[in-house]
Amino acid sequence: MSDIATIGSIRQRTGFWRRAIRHPGFLIGGAISLSVLLIAALALIWTPYPVTVLNIAEKLSAASIAHPLGTDHFGRDILSMLMVGAGNSVAVGLVAVGLGIGLGGPLGLLSAMRPGLISEAVMRASDLAFAFPALLTAVMITAIYGPGTMNSIIAIGIFNVPVFARLTRGVSLSVWEMEYVTAARAVGVPPLQIALRHMLPNIASPLIVQATIQFALAILAEAGLSYLGLGTQPPQPSWGKMLHEAQTMLYFAPMLAILPGICIAVTVLGLNLLGDGLRDLLDPKLRRAAKLPKT
Amino acid sequence: MKTKLFAAAFLAAGLGMSGQVAAKDSLTLGIGLEPPHLDPTAGAAAAIDEVVYQNVFEGLTRIGPDGAVLPGLAKEWTVSNDGLTYSFALRDGVKFHDGTAFDSADVLFSINRAMAEDSTNAQKGLFEPIAKVEAPNAQTVTITLKRPTGHFLFNLGWGDVVMVASESADTNKTKPVGTGPFTFDRWSKGSEIRLKRNDAYWGNAAKLVKVSFKVMPDAASSAAALMSGDIDVFPNFGAPELLEQFRADPRFEVVVGTTEGETILSMNNTNKALSDIRVRRAIAHAINRQAIIDGAMFGSGTPIGSHFAPHHPAYVDLTSMYPHDQAKAKALLAEAGYASGLKLRLTLPPPSYARRGGEVIAAQLAAVGIETEIIPVEWAQWLKQVFKTTDYDLTIVSHTEPFDIGIYARDSYYFNYKSDRFNKVYADLTEAVDPAKRKALIGEAQKVLAEDSVNGFLFELAQNGVWKKGIKGLWANRPIQANDVTAAYWE
Repeated sequence: MSDIATIGSIRQRTGFWRRAIRHPGFLIGGAISLSVLLIAALALIWTPYPVTVLNIAEKLSAASIAHPLGTDHFGRDILSMLMVGAGNSVAVGLVAVGLGIGLGGPLGLLSAMRPGLISEAVMRASDLAFAFPALLTAVMITAIYGPGTMNSIIAIGIFNVPVFARLTRGVSLSVWEMEYVTAARAVGVPPLQIALRHMLPNIASPLIVQATIQFALAILAEAGLSYLGLGTQPPQPSWGKMLHEAQTMLYFAPMLAILPGICIAVTVLGLNLLGDGLRDLLDPKLRRAAKLPKT
Repeated sequence: MKTKLFAAAFLAAGLGMSGQVAAKDSLTLGIGLEPPHLDPTAGAAAAIDEVVYQNVFEGLTRIGPDGAVLPGLAKEWTVSNDGLTYSFALRDGVKFHDGTAFDSADVLFSINRAMAEDSTNAQKGLFEPIAKVEAPNAQTVTITLKRPTGHFLFNLGWGDVVMVASESADTNKTKPVGTGPFTFDRWSKGSEIRLKRNDAYWGNAAKLVKVSFKVMPDAASSAAALMSGDIDVFPNFGAPELLEQFRADPRFEVVVGTTEGETILSMNNTNKALSDIRVRRAIAHAINRQAIIDGAMFGSGTPIGSHFAPHHPAYVDLTSMYPHDQAKAKALLAEAGYASGLKLRLTLPPPSYARRGGEVIAAQLAAVGIETEIIPVEWAQWLKQVFKTTDYDLTIVSHTEPFDIGIYARDSYYFNYKSDRFNKVYADLTEAVDPAKRKALIGEAQKVLAEDSVNGFLFELAQNGVWKKGIKGLWANRPIQANDVTAAYWE
């Protein structure tokens, strides 16, 4: 029985790439997301200039060969700052989404597989968390525990927990009723093994789609927190902080605000396109509705 | 339909007309911080004085736009030869805004209230030299001092020494009642404080009928409010980077004046590392003042080498005592045992001089091996954590009180600086009356602070006023915390 499930997911995957190369949204979104990831990785080992060293004499210089995107009010190289900012955003997104899936996933699975008081408690707690707007919760947490990159990541990550708990529970409930799961339970497969071998491969698709969306939201939230001065602290640059600093200089140095703004917009757009593309490609029901070739 | 249109046109014309008229005799000023309340005798916040000083409340003397001591509610005074007894003749016919008469009983009440044990006056030091206050008659007040005090008449001109009435003193925080040319009209918390002309004023009536102070904590929205005409004047515009734009705009003029704001990198002198004079001197050598002024203030500000205003006649230029020298700074740190580096906290209050200046200083200190952890805080937290409990290593703040070098003689001031040498100089200074001797002692006091490198002395804050063209009679400089609009008018 478990073999059928495995074969199904393999066949699904082979068809995936064939369809993927014909999906423009997925391709564009994927290319943007991959570029941001690569730039972020590069910023870890190399940037054209160090971003914590100021060079006041060269402040607000226009784009040149030495500084392809110019310098800011402290004479820092904007390209380098945007690169480090990308690293910052990706790190926040990864940790926040990781935290969400890592805690929310098991909670959702547990509550689907073991209905009862605990599962109800988990779900009502999620509902409670949903009642507060994400950014407001994050502002509250950073206000209590102090501003900083770590605290803002945790604050954003915490909001992702109920998102994934709820989603996982929803999709798991239907899988839990499937005959092959019932069969596995009947022959006495341990619950953990059922969860990992039979359930997880079948609920992974919506989780992956949601992860890309949450990744984009986490980047936006981090930018928002840093803009308010609650996220990444100086001297470390971040896109949101660059936007904030540029605010009063909009009249004479608009690029200081436009460039990080473009970075945030393009990255979020890329992740959303990727998420939409993944949903189109991974969701069998949608595929049938769109009359795509069956695999 | 026709009548409706007509009515609308009529209404529009009426509105346009009243708008024009209003511009002639009303003034809207932008202020960066909202005052916590409106009683200048019960709070340290400069924002209180910046609304009510001289406009609503007056003192026995008043400070003029150039910092000179002028007669206020006292029309004249005599000082005894030993410098201990001051006799003030009060003005006739002065009335508080609630209609009660101002006389010597009110002076007694005001000064005794400020000197009382349970007084909440933020500048008790101003009253400390006073031995007794007497009122021989309704129009005369005699103040006897414990010792000659050179600055006494200037001190009487502070916002903290304004005259209040016993009937209204308790409610001045929300409904200020003074003797000034403007009366309090209304306070919309969080947005605006309105004053209106006091038609029963004892002196020359104000030319403006309505004055409004709009609270604008954010530089970008302040700029937008100026551009759109919601604000006529921003006496002290917080974002120097935007001044160029206002200079280029024919609707505005940018008036650059002086303030009493010594902007310093305050050091907690009881911190283990910072208690070592070599570390403090190393920091002084690591600091590049011009880079801070250019980077954080866009060139606005004058470098200082001690805690003293450069425009004061007794100023001594000590900016070259610790030239920017990273090698020297590193050597001094090594000598003090911090060759492998030093980690300090840098607590920064909200103004841009602190937040941006802090980033520049952090980078300059990093270059000599001092690592700083930047902690941005709000004012309330700064006052509690830095100012009251002195739980900090480094902070950046502008000390805007006039002639405030005496704070270094205070025992538990937040720098935690203790120097018998300075205390001696300052004690001599407070008792000196001879101008030449005073000047020499003031110079000496500046030198002691610079030699001890008590704090990192950065720059004197400039007063960057953005004024709509046509407004006259405002102060370009800020010799005392005030936005005196009593002589303002539209041309």
